[in-house]
Amino acid sequence: MANIISDETIEYVGILSKLKLNDEQKEQAKKDLAQMLDYIDKLGELDTEGVEPMTHVHPDVNAFREDVVTNGDDHEAILSNAPEEREQAFAVPRTFD
Amino acid sequence: MADKINEMTAVSLGKEIAAGRVSVKEALDSCFEMIEKREDEINAYITLDKDNAYKRAEDIQKKISSGELSSPVAGVPVAIKDNMCTKGLKTTCASRILGNFVPTYTSTAVENLEKAGAVILGKTNMDEFAMGSTTETSAFGVTKNPRDTSRVPGGSSGGSAAAVAADECIFALGSDTGGSIRQPAGYCGVVGMKPTYGTVSRYGLIAYGSSLDQIGPITKNVEDTAAVLEVISSYDKKDSTSLNRKDTAFTSALKEDVKGLKIGIPSDYFGEGLDPEVAAAVRKAADDLKAAGAEVSEFDLSLVEYAIPAYYTIADAEASSNLERFDGIKYGYRAEEYKDLHDLYKTTRSEGFGEEVKRRIMLGSFVLSSGYYDAYYLKALKVKALIKKAFDEAFSKYDLILGPVAPTTAPELGKSLSDPLKMYLGDIYTISVNLSGLPGICLPCGRDSKGLPIGLQLIGDCFKEDILIRTAYTYERMTR
Repeated sequence: MANIISDETIEYVGILSKLKLNDEQKEQAKKDLAQMLDYIDKLGELDTEGVEPMTHVHPDVNAFREDVVTNGDDHEAILSNAPEEREQAFAVPRTFD
Repeated sequence: MADKINEMTAVSLGKEIAAGRVSVKEALDSCFEMIEKREDEINAYITLDKDNAYKRAEDIQKKISSGELSSPVAGVPVAIKDNMCTKGLKTTCASRILGNFVPTYTSTAVENLEKAGAVILGKTNMDEFAMGSTTETSAFGVTKNPRDTSRVPGGSSGGSAAAVAADECIFALGSDTGGSIRQPAGYCGVVGMKPTYGTVSRYGLIAYGSSLDQIGPITKNVEDTAAVLEVISSYDKKDSTSLNRKDTAFTSALKEDVKGLKIGIPSDYFGEGLDPEVAAAVRKAADDLKAAGAEVSEFDLSLVEYAIPAYYTIADAEASSNLERFDGIKYGYRAEEYKDLHDLYKTTRSEGFGEEVKRRIMLGSFVLSSGYYDAYYLKALKVKALIKKAFDEAFSKYDLILGPVAPTTAPELGKSLSDPLKMYLGDIYTISVNLSGLPGICLPCGRDSKGLPIGLQLIGDCFKEDILIRTAYTYERMTR
């Protein structure tokens, strides 16, 4: 395997992904990630010097619109999906003391 | 007319309903009867919406009878993949993290169907967040292939394809990010189409890889595919990548005529890994079209083996960003035990997402991280540009490209997930179509020696759905 994923890297990936991994999962993730990167490294065989990266296939045109409200008040239905609500708002754990 | 209502095509059932020979209620009865009979084994649906369907049927029936409503799908029962939001009807994306999510709005594609009078039977099973090729990564159990229940239906729209193949609905909607409509259609022996990127609005489609995702029909024949695609296509201000197309009268392409059509077969699609029986069936289909007057020749498409690594880099990068919204605050699952806000996010996501989804979020986060962005993500976008260019060159010589939809017929249940990379390689013929935004259709072209359906894929240049529909229709009429 050409790519070796260090403990620090998988720790960092866990932070970026907002995922909690136990030791066993970390080892598996290191292996999976290294295997995929070995495979993706195949792209390096292609000379892409001077090639423009293509995000969208159709010409990019910004879709501007006026910022006006077009929908009704759905707050009750929306809040009914919230795991926890308080005083007509999403409830989250305390973020500072 | 087929013996049973649930076995009918959408267009023929729509005509019977319009003529008053079949009622909307009878159409529902027939589908729910089959669901009752086969669903325990097939598991095509995550959620059934029986009560609402019958309520809606009454309303639709009145409108049809009074002449207020007429469309090819008026009163016709449909199954919707469970990643399209439906107001008031649970939409899970086959994930624990959205296990109890009830949308407050309906996706535009489904809304277009509802306006045309189609009646939703329920929401179909899929790979979790559409990430997978077998419908085995669903949090709600696997779906079995109705043609052989020891095998997978394909994925990620496996529930939709299985529901159509088992006659548990008249037609279905799926979504296709890397082949998720076409490959399951192939495995289940039905017709599936991914239109040109931007043709069907993505508003209300729970995003996986936004630059690649497209909604499309899964149906029993080509005529239905054209009719349904015509109904769901629309310009939508709520999707900034939606195209304002004027050429969406797809049913006008239902003609038996391939004379003089230039068909290219990529010889690099017939290399290592392709099952010889699949190769033979696809070549036979090409011969049949040649006999009908098409000009068929082989060519080198090139870059075929680079499509998969480019795709998984781009799709996973977009997925890692799109799936950040699932944090246990606004909707869906929230972990019961956590220390603080940050721990709530992490624990919720770790418990809520399945293994394949986590694997892709991690790869996506990695390729977008500083220090690796240029080497991986940007490199993949450059390769995407090269792949698109290869197709542009091909379409300067050919009207359409013909090949297999997958290297094999449907694999056995439980054999694919242990080696993700091997599973990804099965997408080799479908994903470059998404990377290039092209339309692609899959239709049956025979069976292998085990009796499993083989899928034929036709790929067109952007906006050339009409050529695909015409060719597929001609082939279907010749072979059925």
